[in-house]
Amino acid sequence: MFEWMAWTLPVAVFFCAIVAMLVAMTVWELKSPTVLRRGFLPIATTRGDRLFIGLLAAAYVNLAFVAVSERMVGWFGLEEEPSIWLSFFASMALLALIMRKG
Amino acid sequence: MKPVNQKAWLLILPVVLCVAFSAILPLMTVVNYSVQDIISPERRVFVGTEWFKSVMRDEDLQGALLRQMTFSLAVLLVEIPLGIALALSMPAKGWKSSAVLVLVAISLLIPWNVVGTIWQIFGRVDIGLMGAALAALGFDYSYTGNASDAWFTVLLMDVWHWTPLVALLCFAGLRAIPDAYYQAASIDGASKFAVFRYIQLPKLRGVLMIAVLLRFMDSFMIYTEPFVLTGGGPGNATTFLSQYLTQKAVGQFDLGPAAAFSLIYFLIILLLCFILYNWMQRVGTADKTGAGHG
Amino acid sequence: MDDRRFRKRVVFLVLYLAFAILPVYWMVNMSFKTNEEILGLFSLWPKDFTLDNYRVIFTDVSWYSGYINSLIYVAINTVVSLLVALPAAYAFSRYSFLGDKHVFFWLLTNRMTPPAVFLLPFFQLYTTLGLMDTHIAVALAHLLFNVPLAVWILEGFMSGIPREIDETAYIDGYSFPRFFLTIFIPLIKAGVGVAAFFCFMFSWVELLMARTLTSVNAKPIVAVMTRTISASGMDWGVLAAAGVLTIVPGAIVIWFVRNYIAKGFAMGRV
Repeated sequence: MFEWMAWTLPVAVFFCAIVAMLVAMTVWELKSPTVLRRGFLPIATTRGDRLFIGLLAAAYVNLAFVAVSERMVGWFGLEEEPSIWLSFFASMALLALIMRKG
Repeated sequence: MKPVNQKAWLLILPVVLCVAFSAILPLMTVVNYSVQDIISPERRVFVGTEWFKSVMRDEDLQGALLRQMTFSLAVLLVEIPLGIALALSMPAKGWKSSAVLVLVAISLLIPWNVVGTIWQIFGRVDIGLMGAALAALGFDYSYTGNASDAWFTVLLMDVWHWTPLVALLCFAGLRAIPDAYYQAASIDGASKFAVFRYIQLPKLRGVLMIAVLLRFMDSFMIYTEPFVLTGGGPGNATTFLSQYLTQKAVGQFDLGPAAAFSLIYFLIILLLCFILYNWMQRVGTADKTGAGHG
Repeated sequence: MDDRRFRKRVVFLVLYLAFAILPVYWMVNMSFKTNEEILGLFSLWPKDFTLDNYRVIFTDVSWYSGYINSLIYVAINTVVSLLVALPAAYAFSRYSFLGDKHVFFWLLTNRMTPPAVFLLPFFQLYTTLGLMDTHIAVALAHLLFNVPLAVWILEGFMSGIPREIDETAYIDGYSFPRFFLTIFIPLIKAGVGVAAFFCFMFSWVELLMARTLTSVNAKPIVAVMTRTISASGMDWGVLAAAGVLTIVPGAIVIWFVRNYIAKGFAMGRV
């Protein structure tokens, strides 16, 4: 039934994480409803908006990292291309920042 | 304020299921494809971010992206001023208004591939009116042989096809300006230009922003018209993003790179959508009637 | 009114209308010519008026079956889109609920995503389900952009109906389905019409998915037309006639929806 989707473990983990986030956000919303507020982002946002903006920003960070990782070898005189985990943690930090202060 | 009622979810459930079936399952699949080298349905290898790397460094893709950007900007630069001018010169009332409205709107309702066909015929030097006219004037015009001619024709076709959308939106916005504003202006003895600059343009801001974003996003996914008209050629002079992606996915069947590319494309659209949506919300609360009345 | 300025406006308008109409006129003109006249004689109107091109389309099965296939999947798609979108639009226009804005936004993104992005998995999905080359496959695939479209348009029209009407009906003892079908839908007839029109249009004009998901049995007219384009030694007259016939439905309906076009595009394309 699902062979055509060609599932792999990392992708499955990724989507489980997304679903878990959505569930957690829903529960959080029911426990304590969000307030529309203004942070460093140019628009007033709710928690859900900030999660979306954060995830989108994280995706762009990772993509940009992938795009320039080859050139980084030259820039910083590295032995090999830097690991994608670097940008992953950086993007998660960005996500946290947007969630808290955005 | 609308009453809170969580049971409303039951009413939107069919829509969510329908769209999820056609959107979420495919999206998950695209993500899966993008991290694997699929040699055959049975043999596939996990390659991590390899495809993203190769796509981000693909020079053909960068070329297509650059072309796409140039095209979308050119579309905006021509269509927005032309659309405003057209809206300003359309009669406001009576049967003339209806007739002009219908004539202007016709090109919006022609199937996109027929738009391509129309211009394919219209631009031919041997049998088309425009091609023959240009040739008679001494231009060496050929949209199949010359890259800049092909570009010009695709752009002209898009202007022909979509300027009416901008015009209709602006027309609706103009109708929403109360007469009192014009009366006040004529008492002050304001010139036509001053009326436009200080009354009409500010009132059109919301509608114009929507028009700009719509045209930008639509031209960003243009596929059918250039496919029919030029097939992306000559060379790849008019190969835009959707075309390039389709070539990769269906033509060469490069599942991995095509999927990685799809995701990047999707991210760009997602960002544009988010901006558009927030603008709509802002305009919607500022004046509910802006784009409302046709 | 400043007279000279007024004249400038009219001139501009007439010029633009000429630009808008000429390409269409040229195709209509060509559809009534014979191929010899198209290629040999450059004329502004058909000298040798003929209906042969249309006769070819109405008698050749590979041509007219294209129209029938298109009509079948467009009809399925429009009906399904409206059926699922009506209750959803009502929910969006009348209630606020958890995640309503986000679901609305998500629908918008699907409307805006280029079909090319989903092309690959659609191919695999419908092959797995055994639906390739059927009308249902194309109709289902087009739901992706038509359902959000219908929801957006209907929501706009429903928001214009005062909520007091619902409340009065409920106080009078109407159940929700009875109220919805007998009172509410008649009130937004125009909206349903416009939504149906736009669903019809966008399913009718879509080429990429319709072409990829079909091969023989459900091949739509838009794909049939591109096939003749790639063939050498083209039959320009028939091609033009086929083009004219695809414009006809839109051209008929446009008069009825003229007052809603801007509204439909403003909300529908969003």
